Amino acid sequence: MTPQTLFDKIWDSHVVRSVEKGPDVLYIDQHFIHEVTSPQAFNGLKERGIPVFRPDKTLATADHNIPTKDQHLPIKDELSRNQVEKLAENCKKYGIEFFGLNHPKNGIVHVIGPELGYTLPGMTIVCGDSHTSTHGAFGTIAFGIGTSEVEMVLATQCVLQSKPKKMKISVSGLLQKGVTSKDLILHIISQLSTNGATGYFIEYSGSALKALSMEGRMTICNMSIEMGARGGLIAPDETTIKYLSQIPSLSGRSDFNSLLKNWKELKSDPGAVFDREHEFHANEIKPMITYGTNPGMGMAVDATIPLITSKSAGIASFIKSHEYMGFKPGMKILGHRVDYVFLGSCTNGRIEDIRAFTQLVKGKKKAPDVTALIVPGSKRVEQQAINEGLDKILKDAGFELRQPGCSSCLAMNEDKIPAGKFSVSTSNRNFEGRQGPGARTLLVSPLTAAAAAVTGKITDPRDLLND
Amino acid sequence: MPKVKFDILETTCVPLPLENIDTDQIIPARFLSATSREGFGDNLFRDWRYNKSGEKNSEFILNDPRYSGKVLITGKNFGCGSSREHAVWAIYDYGFRAVVSSDLADIFRNNSLNNGLLPVVVPAKFLKYLLDLTGKDPDTRVRIDLGKQLFSVMPAGESVRFEINQYKKECLMKGLDDIDYLLSIMDLIKAYEFRNTLGK
Ligand code: SF4
Repeated sequence: MTPQTLFDKIWDSHVVRSVEKGPDVLYIDQHFIHEVTSPQAFNGLKERGIPVFRPDKTLATADHNIPTKDQHLPIKDELSRNQVEKLAENCKKYGIEFFGLNHPKNGIVHVIGPELGYTLPGMTIVCGDSHTSTHGAFGTIAFGIGTSEVEMVLATQCVLQSKPKKMKISVSGLLQKGVTSKDLILHIISQLSTNGATGYFIEYSGSALKALSMEGRMTICNMSIEMGARGGLIAPDETTIKYLSQIPSLSGRSDFNSLLKNWKELKSDPGAVFDREHEFHANEIKPMITYGTNPGMGMAVDATIPLITSKSAGIASFIKSHEYMGFKPGMKILGHRVDYVFLGSCTNGRIEDIRAFTQLVKGKKKAPDVTALIVPGSKRVEQQAINEGLDKILKDAGFELRQPGCSSCLAMNEDKIPAGKFSVSTSNRNFEGRQGPGARTLLVSPLTAAAAAVTGKITDPRDLLND
Repeated sequence: MPKVKFDILETTCVPLPLENIDTDQIIPARFLSATSREGFGDNLFRDWRYNKSGEKNSEFILNDPRYSGKVLITGKNFGCGSSREHAVWAIYDYGFRAVVSSDLADIFRNNSLNNGLLPVVVPAKFLKYLLDLTGKDPDTRVRIDLGKQLFSVMPAGESVRFEINQYKKECLMKGLDDIDYLLSIMDLIKAYEFRNTLGK
């Protein structure tokens, strides 16, 4: 038999039928929905007069436009409130499990799926959200879809999809102290560019990936979409199995052992062929930061902004980006003023991220001119931070732990960064206006965010890490 | 989804010669709280079209009275970023029926096809020619023949063939949609489920 990639194995085993000269009908094992991209899909079902085909394979949460303070009060913004209420209504009507505001399992869709044991190796997973790629960290085919496709999955548990090409990214060596998985993925994107993986599904491998925790792997897979990839996955290993074994609802299942056996077989065969391969070396990577308005415009935190050459095809876009950010080619941004710091999102809103941030700010004080938003990715993360006493350490340093949600990542709620302000953010997109009209976003790791929060300037976190 | 059939389109175009235009520019997140599909066109490219005080930005191409038409021509990697279909609804609602670029983001392309907005991918060189030409002459007319998969500059200028999945092409030309198709094969889907639960 020809050696197969893990991606091929999972994809092929989920094809219900291949349409002649067309896409595949792909069966979906797990469907996640949220308030923003689902209402029109439910309207579609209603118009057609059809039910949700497999409500038990669908899970709903409210995350995108909810407040991160006083969640016990009604949502102030009328449209947002209406959207969340619509979702609750639809879930009730169609029998879908819904973790709404204040539910102990509520949180950002890509944080709760894995932590509650909904995301399992070998699955196909979709959600009306591009960062669905996050779930690939468990060895799944997980990708974002549009609302019409959400409607398809609600109606038939299937989606029509052309099979992407396969890319392998291997990272040898190990990350240095003070360098995180966020820096690794920002480095990869800066090398491959924001459309460097369009049309591909990535498999990440290599010693640097093996050494990462599940949280770290989720950060990597999360940002696959920022290179244009449909998604990215990592074959399950002992780290994956250990993580999953600690979820009571899973380890208590009578078929847990047979699941374990299946998961262990999920890997690419030796000699499997990829359409493209890239190699990186972890040891060389430094803490990263973005200086422009797409995630591909990144560099080491102590580097200078690259010059625009006449060969840069998108010269107009470069100039526009620099004007927006208030930066110039050739300039260093180390030491530059910071107004806002955002720790959170489905990229870096997990317990490890809050731990890393806390570890660095412990015993220090928030810089007086910095406004910081520390937003856990889920209720569970919030609870765990409190159990570990992280909220106290943060408080002593002048920070407040908020309630979970997407928050400043896309600023659909009140957590908007004002125009012109510099925001150091652990989220995934530095697009114009992403964190609020006119806001200037610099993407970093939780450690670099912490360093900025206590110094009020762009700082290399390695300078502040003791021992 | 609009069941409008796509066949031949002859129109002037609007050039937007920037690369990597993301979905947050096409429709900013703060306009995503609606629960219907209509009305997004008013906020298409909102923060480029209007300045902070809400007045029209006269330098932005959509506010240039010389430019109109049903085809948007734009730099590579258009539609990158979020999966929000609202981006496509906004473009369609504004009046565009096709988007031309040398490279379109994956999810955006799927969303377009699912909403009757034709994604046309042309070679980078041809895109440059097209952007230059339409930048100079707002009256440039183009013709898109979906049946022949041909994009041409009129009256008899250059033309290129573009690729499209044959299944999707048929859907667009006949005004069919994917859900109808999937619903028609429910038996196969159920059989798949049955096989896979038995096998476990
Ligand atoms: S945290 Fe940001 S990227 Fe993640 S799901 Fe929410 S809005 Fe999307």
